[in-house]
Amino acid sequence: MGVEEQTLLDLKLQEYIDQKIKEGVAEALASQTKEEKTPRLAMVASKGTLDMAYPPFILATTAASLGWETGIFFTFYGLDILHKDRYKSLKVGPIGNPAMPPPIPALPSIKVPNLIAALPGMTSVATGMMKSWIAKAKIPTLPEMMEISVESDVRMFACGTTMGMMGIGEEDLIEGCEVCGATTFLDYASSANVSMFI
Amino acid sequence: MELPATDKELDCQGLLCPVPIIRISKAIKQMEVGQVLKMVATDPGSMPDMEAWSRQTGHQLLSAAEEDKVYTFYIRLTK
Repeated sequence: MGVEEQTLLDLKLQEYIDQKIKEGVAEALASQTKEEKTPRLAMVASKGTLDMAYPPFILATTAASLGWETGIFFTFYGLDILHKDRYKSLKVGPIGNPAMPPPIPALPSIKVPNLIAALPGMTSVATGMMKSWIAKAKIPTLPEMMEISVESDVRMFACGTTMGMMGIGEEDLIEGCEVCGATTFLDYASSANVSMFI
Repeated sequence: MELPATDKELDCQGLLCPVPIIRISKAIKQMEVGQVLKMVATDPGSMPDMEAWSRQTGHQLLSAAEEDKVYTFYIRLTK
């Protein structure tokens, strides 16, 4: 074979190799993006008042309805939401809570002053009021929301540190909780599409 | 547009997020691919919610209409 023919052959070989590489890479990329990953929602629930117990469960049930994976890490006061007895009697405090809506709808500019909100029994009044708004809006009760979440395989992580801190044992928690630490949650959240702290 | 025959109807009037969405996902578990679900709601957020739901789940939102603050949605199951 002459030098020219050799060079032509090399060129053709090079072209062929380049083309094959391009096709191979494109196929590999395409197969990677084709794998649909189920979206995941990770939340930290750190508050134990009635008004703050709702957001994690509303988001969890909605995400579950969309077919997402959801996990909630209950820590500090949020752990009360997993407590067998306490979750049925979560309260909302009116004192020092300027976000509390005016109690008399006809007089919207009058809010409960802190001095009055501090009187014994006022927490129960505020909690009762909030529960009545929830019922009026036909929003499910917190236990109902929790039941729907459990049925939809929402993972409930219970913070072990909080348990130790507040003297709560695994036997005090509702069934289905997974006792773990921050590492487990961070590992779960590392592949979450949406992460939030409540 | 002519709407197809409805296989199941959900009345979610008076119910607020997330209840209509929860009810829909429960209902479609008992339905088959290609079937049509009709949902009626009064939740003002349901219009953007149903569009987002359709995007997320891949089911087809055939029609979304509003009349007198009542929203009617037709969904076809794609899977």
